[in-house]
Amino acid sequence: MRTDRPTPQARSDAPDSDVVLSSRVRLARNLASEPFVHRCDESRCRSIIGMLRSALLQGDLDENLAWVDLEKATGHDRQLLVERHLISRQLAEAAMPRGVAIADDETMSVMVNEEDHVRMQAIAPGLQPERCLRRLVLLDSELETRLPWAVHDRWGYLAACPTNVGTGIRFSAMVHLPALRITGELTKVRQAAKDLNLAVRGYYGEGSESTGNFFQISNQRTLGVSEEELLDQFQRVLIPGVVRYERAAREVLLERERLTVEDRIHRDLAILQAARLLKADEAMKRLSNVRLGVCIGMLPGIKLDAVNALFLHIQPAHLRDRMGGTLSPADAKSVRAELVRQLLGGDDGTGS
Amino acid sequence: MKCDLCNKPAVVHELQITDGVKQEIHLCQEHAAEQGFADIHAMSMQHFPTKVGSAAVQSPACPSCGTTSAQIRQTSQMGCADCYEAFAGLVKSLIEQSQHGGTHHVGRRPAGSDGDIAKRHETQRLLRELEAAVAAEQYERAGEIRDELARGSRSEPMSEASGPSEDPET
Repeated sequence: MRTDRPTPQARSDAPDSDVVLSSRVRLARNLASEPFVHRCDESRCRSIIGMLRSALLQGDLDENLAWVDLEKATGHDRQLLVERHLISRQLAEAAMPRGVAIADDETMSVMVNEEDHVRMQAIAPGLQPERCLRRLVLLDSELETRLPWAVHDRWGYLAACPTNVGTGIRFSAMVHLPALRITGELTKVRQAAKDLNLAVRGYYGEGSESTGNFFQISNQRTLGVSEEELLDQFQRVLIPGVVRYERAAREVLLERERLTVEDRIHRDLAILQAARLLKADEAMKRLSNVRLGVCIGMLPGIKLDAVNALFLHIQPAHLRDRMGGTLSPADAKSVRAELVRQLLGGDDGTGS
Repeated sequence: MKCDLCNKPAVVHELQITDGVKQEIHLCQEHAAEQGFADIHAMSMQHFPTKVGSAAVQSPACPSCGTTSAQIRQTSQMGCADCYEAFAGLVKSLIEQSQHGGTHHVGRRPAGSDGDIAKRHETQRLLRELEAAVAAEQYERAGEIRDELARGSRSEPMSEASGPSEDPET
């Protein structure tokens, strides 16, 4: 894995990329012949891995996947995968034998022995859930000819947690909502999402906090509604609604508080271009305002792709990787600041 | 107080807290048993543990994986696919609570699925067991598995889509 390159999960030329960083769709599947993961001992977990590995790595699959044994991987490597959204925190921290198959271009990954035997996900930049769904359905259709998925006549695809039965599908969009945060309307969005049975989570999914005003919005209902209906609602109604709301809030801000907003954005950019020490949360917060500035055309000299890339590269494991694998927390602050200055065209630190 | 699911008097009263949300449950004897609560009326005093904490009331267990209904209630996780049948009442209430009106699956199913998926998977499991028994030279066990496979294929012929051959001798 090349950690110095941006993930293809965020691109400025993708649909609705001013608000939607990326779309993700995941399918939960379980083997009918095995107990669910939390009831498996070590040897069963290994035998599940054996079955999945051979099904996933056969050359005739449409996807070209590479296997990562997470039991043998170092904590650092697992953290890198979490930061790149290729595995969940839960899978990174689990104690049992587990692994993940990752596509070359990092837009698909198949987690094995997470909460369910299989959690496959496809990711695309901007609002493109349909692209993710088609790719996943293709993979699932190939896998189901080789593996006996647990399926129930009434409940559909079975999962360890009954809240995931049915389609076992979760659509999510990573959205950037700085204007709604500033205008204080985020609580309304949260309430509306709740009323529509949508979950709003933080940057790293379940149990994580919002950081940099990024939120993951996803469906909760998986039973009694088909994949296509969910896709349609998600792609044509729900997320476009959030996008419109955020864009309207951006316009209102510019109209009513232009100077205050300009001051905040330019001040944050100046700090990022000059800072010598940066903590991750401070960097995320200021980058969020810079991203807003780029999206509303206030910072023509800064590229959206550079800002998107920074959100990833300033994370602890990515910084550590850049420095060859070891980095103290104190040094991380200075390496982070240097990287931010570099990518945002700040001074080069020589004082000249 | 009446049962949440019918008009009979409730005999089981439980307070559940999930994600910080409190939910009171009141069930009659019949529905309590269906949802995996111990049948408190059937127990006499002699069944109660004599020492506090020395024994727990046994709750029903899944015949395939041994997961009990109490464990499911505690963790909200099923033990295996068969738990969905073993605890049908409990499953129904857990799903109804979380699926906002969804009562039946609609959408994709594995190609060729026609209601006998469980049976097809059982055959596949038996075939794998047979392979392992033969490899381990456990011929008696292999014979038993062959008999079981033969019984299955006689009672309900499998479709062509079922993958491995149903004839254990081939």
